[in-house]
Amino acid sequence: METKFIDLFKEVLEIEDRDINLSDEFRQYDEWDSLVYLSVIAMLDDEYDIVIETDEFKKLITVGELMEEVKKRSSK
Amino acid sequence: MGFQHFKNIKVQGFAACVPKHIENNEDLELLGNSEQIKKFIETTGIKQRHTVQGQSIRTSDMCLVAAEKLIEELNWNKNEVDCLLFVSQTGDYIFPATSCILQDKLGLSNDCFAMDISLGCSGWIHGMATIAALLQNGGFKKGLLLAGDTSTMTKSPFDKGSYPLFGDAGTATAVEFVEGVDGIKVHTSTDGKGHGAIIVPDGGFRNFYSPESEIYKEYEDGSKRNSLQTFMDGAAVFTFGITKGPRSVFALVEKYKIDLSEIDYFVFHQANKFMVEKIRNKIKIPSEKVPYSLDEFGNTSCSSIPLTVVTRLSNKIKNEKLKIMTCAFGVGLSWGSIYFETDGIICPDIIMI
Repeated sequence: METKFIDLFKEVLEIEDRDINLSDEFRQYDEWDSLVYLSVIAMLDDEYDIVIETDEFKKLITVGELMEEVKKRSSK
Repeated sequence: MGFQHFKNIKVQGFAACVPKHIENNEDLELLGNSEQIKKFIETTGIKQRHTVQGQSIRTSDMCLVAAEKLIEELNWNKNEVDCLLFVSQTGDYIFPATSCILQDKLGLSNDCFAMDISLGCSGWIHGMATIAALLQNGGFKKGLLLAGDTSTMTKSPFDKGSYPLFGDAGTATAVEFVEGVDGIKVHTSTDGKGHGAIIVPDGGFRNFYSPESEIYKEYEDGSKRNSLQTFMDGAAVFTFGITKGPRSVFALVEKYKIDLSEIDYFVFHQANKFMVEKIRNKIKIPSEKVPYSLDEFGNTSCSSIPLTVVTRLSNKIKNEKLKIMTCAFGVGLSWGSIYFETDGIICPDIIMI
């Protein structure tokens, strides 16, 4: 789960030159913008068949928190 | 729930009108540097938009021109038009209803039923459902659905999340009671919990206009707007569209046992290419069955379905039998789908004023 999620997340953000950590605050990445956000929504829908509502998404700060939320929702 | 099959209802024609003036996203500084502009255009598919900027053209003017052309080509007698619906978020006045003004400007009979519907992107779907309901018992025979918006008048020029996406247009759809035809199949839905996702907060009667309404404020994403301009939560709308759009289409085909593979064209509301492609992929439709007009006209609100038919399918729809699925979603929140068949209908070329 973890490797796959990290890989997908990096792919959507087009991060190729470095590793990312679960403790990273993803909105602080240079690559993060409103279009990337839409791509993340689309990726979660494609790969995990889940949709995280905007209000819920706002509460997720780190890569790890996002991954945990995906885990929680996709196991339902 | 939310399903209706209106029998004896026939779509007889489409016409559309846009302003001549073009705003090109390639030169739009608001979008940032050339690389950012390129990425925006690649993602949204929106290269340019026809807009009323700096001119006196309004939604009703474009709908009027489209309606005149359509009536002429249909050879309809104006006295026979029994009902006129005007769907828009950008009518002429707070009141009276713009449909009343259009009844007069078009020279329609005083016996014509006229009414406005306040909806945006989903407006053509809900307008069609309403006009079909009015015509269905055969008392009224001929109806005009005029759908359009000058969305650019409600956008802040400093809001990159919405300004570069929208264009202006007005359209006319002719609908008639024809005994024996299969009619149109409709699915409609509403979720007012999401009403804040796309909203012009001030200037109505909840938050009446005040001088403060005009003060520009800066927001997190760097955009600036005042309270008479549209706030749009792009991510919320995107999430909504990619979820509800496909579900509505699937629900309609399941309810009425429509064979998805037999549908010739899927005309989606032209929100932006990224979103519509997501919906297309979820329904698994080949790309040649999904026409786009947003590259040239942007998101034209409730005009987008008729405008796409007029500019991308007119040769086909004039000459061939077609099975068409339409689907739209937006402000309200409101969404739905309509399935109908055509057999060589009237579709004049787009008019630019």
